[in-house]
Amino acid sequence: MTPDELEEIAESERASQSRFTQRINVCVAAGCLSCQSQSVKDALDQEVEKRGKKDHCQVKGVGCMGLCSEGPLVSTSSGVLYKKVEAGDGAAIIDSLEGSPVSRLVCATDVPFFQRQKKIVLENSGVIDPDRIEDYIATGGYSALIKALTEMTSREVIDQVTKSGLRGRGGAGYPTGLKWSTVSKSVGTSKYVICNADEGDPGAFMDRSVLESDPHRVLEGMLIAGYAVGSSEAYIYVRAEYPLAIKRLRTAIRQAERVGLIGSDICGTHFSFKIDLRLGAGAFVCGEETALIASVEGKRGMPRPRPPYPAMEGLFGQPTLINNVETFANIAPIIRNGGEWYAQIGTEKSKGTKVFALAGRVENTGLVEVPMGISLREMVFEIGGGIPEGRKFKAVQTGGPSGGCLPTECLDMPVDYESLAKAGSIMGSGGMIVMDESSCMVDVAKYFMDFCMTESCGKCIPCRVGTYQMHRILTAIGNMTATQQDLKMLEELCDLLKHTSLCGLGQSAPNPVVSTLKSFAEEYRAHIHDHKCPAGVCSAQAEGETA
Amino acid sequence: MLSYIAKPTPPNSDKRWKLVDATIRRQGQQARGLIETLHTVQEAFGYLDEQALRYVAMSLRVPLSRAYGVATFYHFFTLKPAGEHTCVVCMGTACYIKGAPQLLDAVQRDLGIRPGETTSDKKVSLLTARCLGSCGLAPAVVYDQEVAGKVSTAGVREHLKKWTSA
Repeated sequence: MTPDELEEIAESERASQSRFTQRINVCVAAGCLSCQSQSVKDALDQEVEKRGKKDHCQVKGVGCMGLCSEGPLVSTSSGVLYKKVEAGDGAAIIDSLEGSPVSRLVCATDVPFFQRQKKIVLENSGVIDPDRIEDYIATGGYSALIKALTEMTSREVIDQVTKSGLRGRGGAGYPTGLKWSTVSKSVGTSKYVICNADEGDPGAFMDRSVLESDPHRVLEGMLIAGYAVGSSEAYIYVRAEYPLAIKRLRTAIRQAERVGLIGSDICGTHFSFKIDLRLGAGAFVCGEETALIASVEGKRGMPRPRPPYPAMEGLFGQPTLINNVETFANIAPIIRNGGEWYAQIGTEKSKGTKVFALAGRVENTGLVEVPMGISLREMVFEIGGGIPEGRKFKAVQTGGPSGGCLPTECLDMPVDYESLAKAGSIMGSGGMIVMDESSCMVDVAKYFMDFCMTESCGKCIPCRVGTYQMHRILTAIGNMTATQQDLKMLEELCDLLKHTSLCGLGQSAPNPVVSTLKSFAEEYRAHIHDHKCPAGVCSAQAEGETA
Repeated sequence: MLSYIAKPTPPNSDKRWKLVDATIRRQGQQARGLIETLHTVQEAFGYLDEQALRYVAMSLRVPLSRAYGVATFYHFFTLKPAGEHTCVVCMGTACYIKGAPQLLDAVQRDLGIRPGETTSDKKVSLLTARCLGSCGLAPAVVYDQEVAGKVSTAGVREHLKKWTSA
């Protein structure tokens, strides 16, 4: 593959696409597929065939368009978005291409949900066919890789990433450029690149969506990373629970190998690279990098003390670069447009955009990409469209089991790494769950503690025993049998786990408890002193158990 | 240290062992291929029994304790055969907030089993998931690999009735 050959593929793909005067895109990502979008696509295909329009009307399966709650979504070349489409609507949609839109299905796109977004990672999602490398190349795909390989030294690539201010999108927010430069300076017989696609946070589905909608973007990011740090072998560690993402990744890797973008002597240079998949097997702790490495090595996913950091001693004892899916997805645009371009977006310390999975008690659920620094109020009430059924907002939970619940007072806070940490939560991978007054915060804390207790790998005692004890106390509070003494013990355990656990899972396990204790102390008091659950969740459960 | 141990022959003539052997070969008969191989076994046979664990451990030259340790550490692997149908209730945060506990309650009461168990007539297995990533469609349930979104208690009951009465 040479730059000219790449341009040739792009040209011929663009030419073949321009033959079509009408285009219909149907979302075939997991969200819409579970609302039968495949049958919608089949119906549209049949209808086009039947009318003999096959030569100038294209029906294409594309990735996620974001508004998952209104699926299946269909968009047309006339700029109309249709929601909740059924197979029977195929004829009407094709009729509308030459007339006025089918008004009963139209989904307004001039609303904040679409207008407030800024798409970098998701720029191709909902636009290209994830199963065709040509489609990705036609939108400028792999040009960043070619640029890096033919015009830049590995040092220059790392400089651009450093300049962009990109920080790890997996949760901790470690500067990506710094990580790359550490790995590139490390000495080893071989080096590895690992893409962490083990999206274990319940309530987060950004990575799944990126992998299903635009898998080549992640591969391109990994290739550039491999070139920058001097690695020739990479693994993608992906959850076995995401069969569609696995299938599309496998297809993407095969296609890239076929055209010579993965393999030996890529682009006529001495750079060789191979990418392999490793399937996770359902262990939340494998999101922690040392546990993930153990799992790739075929062992139980148990973390080990750091240092040595994986950048020095990682997979098979060699220097290893581990980044998350979204981090890799940001790389190609940074190389294409330069680090400075990326650094213009976002806040002083948190650059660029972030993809969030908006879910829970909110009108518009789905996937959104916004610039860093947007306020939580904008996220929940403008983009999210507010709370349904006229209920009252109570809290928004970010960062999954390692994050916290942010109350109304935090709504005007900007969403960036520092502000979220200061408020007692974390950015996490990007799950954002909105809760209304029907949620009991003690119950929510118990839910997350149950999660951490079950997911604790059992290696270190503070986490193994501490999460169990905390869960016991939270259950007692929920059953209205706890005392003030128990509450004090709970607070002490929070402190203990935070400071003495081996890895991030145990250290951050108390976060949901600490943040609810801080912002919703009166709810804990009501359970303990008045034996009442203000939201009516806990008492109802206790009754259910005795019945 | 032993330099070479012949790869054992499969426990029986079942053709599915060929798939397992292919994975073992692709992993170069190395210990690092343990999880991948267990995935293949589970995909082919539906679960991991003692015979399979012994065979995989021997083939990859790892102690049986390590194979058993890995098989029990990860939630995805199961040591028991599943029923004819499986019903997975997602217990992710979004689903939890939107009423997954009530769904699970209804299913447990209807089937008389708890998560991880199979009905005595081997018709239905009930499982829970950490998160399916279908949070936009919460609460979600998977009926035999097919994800259904925005499920109601009545909806899940009806679906189960189809299975149990069939």
